[in-house]
Parts: sequence; structure tokens; C-alpha cells
Amino acid sequence: MTEKGQILNRIRQALKTNAPHPGHHAPAQVKNPGGSHHTPSPGEPRNWLPKVGESVEEHRTLFARNAAELKADFHWLDSLEDARKLLNDMASREVWQKVATHAGECTSPLCSTLPCKVLTLSPGYDRNELESCNAGISECDFLVAQTGTVALTNQSAGGRALSVLPPHHIVLARKHQLLPDLPAAFAGLRKKYGDNFPSMISLITGPSRTGDIERILVLGAHGPKKLTILAF
Amino acid sequence: MSFASEFMDRARVVASNLRHRQIIRTALGNYEMARDRRKATYQDWQGARQLAAETKWEAINHLDHYLLDFSNRLEARGTKVHWASNASQARDIILSIVQQKQARSVIKSKAMTAEEIHLNEALEKAGLKVVESDLGELIVQLRRETPYHIVFPSMHLTREEISALFEKELGSAPTLDPEELTMIARRVLRGKYLTADIGITGGNFAVAETGMVSITENEGNARLTAALPKTMITLLGIEKIIPRLDDLALFLPMLATMGAGQALTGYNTLYGGPRQPGELDGPEEWHVVLLDNHRTELLADGEQRDALHCIRCGACLNVCPIFRNVGGHTYGTTYSGPIGSVITPHLRGLQDWKHLSGASSLCGACTETCPVKIDLHHHLLQNRRNAAQERPDNLEEAAFGVFGWFTRRPAAWKTVRSILQKIQPLTRRFQKKPWHPAKPWTQTRDLPVLPSESFRDWWKNRPKTSKHD
Repeated sequence: MTEKGQILNRIRQALKTNAPHPGHHAPAQVKNPGGSHHTPSPGEPRNWLPKVGESVEEHRTLFARNAAELKADFHWLDSLEDARKLLNDMASREVWQKVATHAGECTSPLCSTLPCKVLTLSPGYDRNELESCNAGISECDFLVAQTGTVALTNQSAGGRALSVLPPHHIVLARKHQLLPDLPAAFAGLRKKYGDNFPSMISLITGPSRTGDIERILVLGAHGPKKLTILAF
Repeated sequence: MSFASEFMDRARVVASNLRHRQIIRTALGNYEMARDRRKATYQDWQGARQLAAETKWEAINHLDHYLLDFSNRLEARGTKVHWASNASQARDIILSIVQQKQARSVIKSKAMTAEEIHLNEALEKAGLKVVESDLGELIVQLRRETPYHIVFPSMHLTREEISALFEKELGSAPTLDPEELTMIARRVLRGKYLTADIGITGGNFAVAETGMVSITENEGNARLTAALPKTMITLLGIEKIIPRLDDLALFLPMLATMGAGQALTGYNTLYGGPRQPGELDGPEEWHVVLLDNHRTELLADGEQRDALHCIRCGACLNVCPIFRNVGGHTYGTTYSGPIGSVITPHLRGLQDWKHLSGASSLCGACTETCPVKIDLHHHLLQNRRNAAQERPDNLEEAAFGVFGWFTRRPAAWKTVRSILQKIQPLTRRFQKKPWHPAKPWTQTRDLPVLPSESFRDWWKNRPKTSKHD
């Protein structure tokens, strides 16, 4: 028999004994509830997780508060033109030589007017060149108010490396991409991709961080030191 | 020397080390504040715990079904799934992939299962250069130590020690600024990500429904490990299964809350395959190694099966008075603290590791804090019972037999008591002697003095007063 068969066999043998149901610790008396086991509905964690409010305004405020706590830079802007102005200001303030991005409906128009070199990633790109960029500019799938999270995939955000290799990650989002909570984000991903998920989905909550030295927070452990989120 | 006496020796040294105590107290004090502040934002933390426990119960009690779903879906998208019954098989699988790729360097993100199977030693013996990319793991790797804690591997070290270590091992200039120290590691590791042939990761959750591995981290090192090398290998214990993608909406925040008091950990990333057609980058090959290594034996123990619900948040270590006093390295195990004391006897043998079940005050703080409601402190008692049933301690049984005989005979009891009371000035003189039979107890405590009058005598002779006094 294959190793797989043997392991599955051992599991099936082991499961012939019943285990007490969670919350009961008198072993022998409690039997498995068997088929009557309760399967949670996708929204069920909502009953227990932190409250997020109903309106978009509440979600925006919550996202902004979470972003501030995470030391991420969050801007809620009126138009794409405002985003352009902000990006161009940032480019001169941080003296960008070169930034990396991917082709997209927000990235393409905004990056074309940047006052620096722009590397648009395509298959077979030079990772050393990406590493030398001052910033990575990407789109995303959703913003999650509950936790101040950016949800993106390698399909929406220019592959696996763009959002972690350069020292500054800039996320471009449309306002309608702001969702209340994690259950909504997973529902949104299902709706968007159906059965054909991209090979990477990443929930990014703040810039890269570590507390491994005396539990003191340091930003930019391996990934970006700065995370900027522009919603317009 | 037995594992038990090694444990005792190390515990004695660490518990009286005031500096160690100070470091741990500061670190865990801060953790507790952050955790409690975060827990308070939940509408109902107990409700969340119950749902998490039920979800893991469902996964573990239908493990064969969910594991098959998981592996079929991974394979459908081009991932190679391997099954390993034990540590040596897992090492061999990984070594053969590495050799087939003619790899020279490996970049690794944090994986306790890799510690469990001693993967780094095996890879290094085969001539590979292995670099740990998590900052805490890198620090303990450079010190040639095992992780001190499953979530905070370098919690026991000060910035002075880390600076000296980096100076010696990486040739950096001394600094006491945690940020500068972090940047030294960042610079060193950048080059490694770009040149490593193989990336090895662990995983926090295996989603059966969609065939995905979820990896939780703060630093971005696992993201880079899964993005840049041509070949990616992920080592997972078979108990990591959760049924549905949506279950993560509960588990990810709970893991972050109990692990480090965060709303959500910096990066929670789901991988469903190697680079797919049309994708920009990512590994060409992805190998997922599913590890049993005695987990099915724990599964067969219905009473303690819920120990497989563990999501490795480390919360039970953080609240454990024993862990806080003796520290992580004293255990001499991959998994320390209450969860380690429960599962190590199953993973490595009950008789060799039963002493860990005694390293508990049975206060129940672990059970109370566990986000998936593992009945930890009762499992410690069950391990004690199982160990005694399997190999009875004849001397102890005889001692209790004698004690029982006397307690059933009041006259004999009274005689013995009065003799003991008379000779106690003599016996008390020897209680600190190294040959004293009750030495483990008397070394750090004084035997209480037997009062001249027993309770029964006092009761009989007490002045009679009225009921209402």
C-alpha cells in the first residue's frame, strides 16, 4: 500500500473511537453527534467578531483608524486626478528613481505620468531590477474595514513579488472595493474568481513588521517599510 | 541521564535566574495587555471560541475525508502532494526533491514541523546551505539553538546579546537599536531570497474546500520565500486541515489575537498552486509534504483527540506559570508549554516524557485561554494516569498501602503519631541532608512541625461553650 493509503487507513481506524464534543470534557459519556453536527454558515463568525457598523462612512472611518494604528498611510480621495497629484508629490518628495507596477486600469493611467522611470512587470521580468525599485504600485481586490487589511491576489496586483519586494508598497483602490469585514472579503473573492482562484491570495495588514527583538515593533522586517493606500 | 532529570536540572537553573525572569515578565506582560485589549473588541469571545472549537472538531473527526479533498484539489492545479508517515520519510522526500533540483541553497520561513523532523540538520548534512528568514528564527539559528517559543523564537534574548551575535556571525557594527538590528538582518537576507534555489515554508491552515495552504506571518519573509525561488516546498502536519475557505474569517483574527494581540497578522497568504499559466511569477514547482509522525496515534486517543485542534498560537505557553518560570528551552522538546507537555508523550513516548505532565500546577489557565478549547490541563492528568497504568510505581503504591493501613486503624495511627512527634527534633536535623529520602521535597521546604496536641485531642478537650457564642 502507498504511504497515502497507509496514513488514510490509520486515520480511519483511529476515528472508529469517538471523541467528546467541544465544551464537554467528561469523555466516555458523550457520544459523537454524528450527522447532526452543526455546520456554520459563511457569515456566522459575524456574530462574534468585532463590530464594523452598517454604513460606508462607518467602514471608511474604521479602516482609517485601523490603518493609523498599523502605521499605514490611508487616503480617501475624490478622484483619480487627486490620486495622480498625490502620487506625483510622493515621487518627488521621496526622490523616486524608478518604480515598479503592473498593467491595470488604475495603475496604467496613473503611472504613465510619474516623473520617474516605471518598470511594468511582464512574465520573465528581472527580479533584481524589481528589487532596486523605490516603490511598487499595485491594484488590489478589496479593502477590509474590520482589520485595516488590503486583500489582493497575484492576478490583481502584479504577481507575488511586486507587493513585498520594493521598500514602499502603494495600493490603488476604487472606493467601492471597501468591504466591511473578512466574511465579506471571502464572499467577494468567491464572486470574483468563482472556482478559478489565482495561485496566491494575500491579506496584507500594515507594512511588514517584526517584534522579534525584545518584542519592540520595527517596521520593514523583510517586506515594505511603508504601505500607502489610495482609495478614489 | 533521563529526560526527566535533564528537565529538572535545567529548570532549577532557569527558575532562579532573575535576569531571565525579568525578560520574560516584561515580554509577556506587554503581550497580555495587547491580547486583552484585542479580545475586548470582539462581540463575544466565548462564542468565537466555541465556533472555532466546533469547526476544528469537524475537521479532525472527518480528517480522512477533508485530507483527500485537500490533496485532490491541490493536485488538480499542478501541485505535487507527498505523504510521510514519519520524520525520516519526510526528510527523505524533501532531500530527494532538493537533490533532483541540484540545489545548493535553501531559504526557509518559520515552520515548527521542520523543527520537529530536524530538517535543517538533514539538509546541512547533505551539503546544503539553509538560511532561516524569520528574524527570530535567524537569531536562534545563528546561536545554534532551538526556538525558545513557538511564536516568539528569540524572546529570551536582549538586544545586547543579539548585537553581539550579529557582530560575530554577520560582521556587523554593534548597535543597541532594534530597528538597526532588524535592518542588518534585512540586508543579509535580501540577497538570499534572490539567489536561493529552494524555498521551504510551513503552513497554518490547510483549506480542504479550495485546496489552499494559508501562511500567517508578520515580516513578509514567507511571502518572499513563496515568490522568488524556482521550487517551493511546504511541510504540513495532517492536523492543519480546516473544512472551508470562509472558516478563515474566524481563525485568522483569533490566531492573531491570541498569538500577539493583533487584529490580524501582517500577512495571511493563501497558496493554491505553483505559478499557473498566464501568471507573472511564482515557483515553477510546488511540493506539499503531509506529515503524520504519530499524529494518527494521538487521533486514536478519543479522550485527547482535541489536542490536534491546536492552531499553534502559543497562548497557553504565555499564561503558563511553569513555562514562565522554567522557560522554553528547559522542556527539551519541539513544542513547549502546556500543549507541548500534552502532545510530546504521544509524539516521542509516554514513559520518557511523562515528567512533563507533572510540570503543571493544574491551575487550568491554559485551558481557559485556548482559542480552540483544548482541554489541556485535564489531558495532563490523563497522561499521568496513563503513565501510571502502563508502568505502576511499586514503591509509591507500597507507601500509599502502608499509609492506608494506618489511616484505617485509629489506635495504630495514634501510636505512630506520638512516636513521630517525639522523634521529630531528631529527624528535622537531617531534613537538609543529601541522603534524606524525601530530599526533592525537603530541599526547598521545611517540614512543618507536628503540634504537641492532635486535632482529635484538641476537639475532645476544648472548653465547652454555648451554641450561640
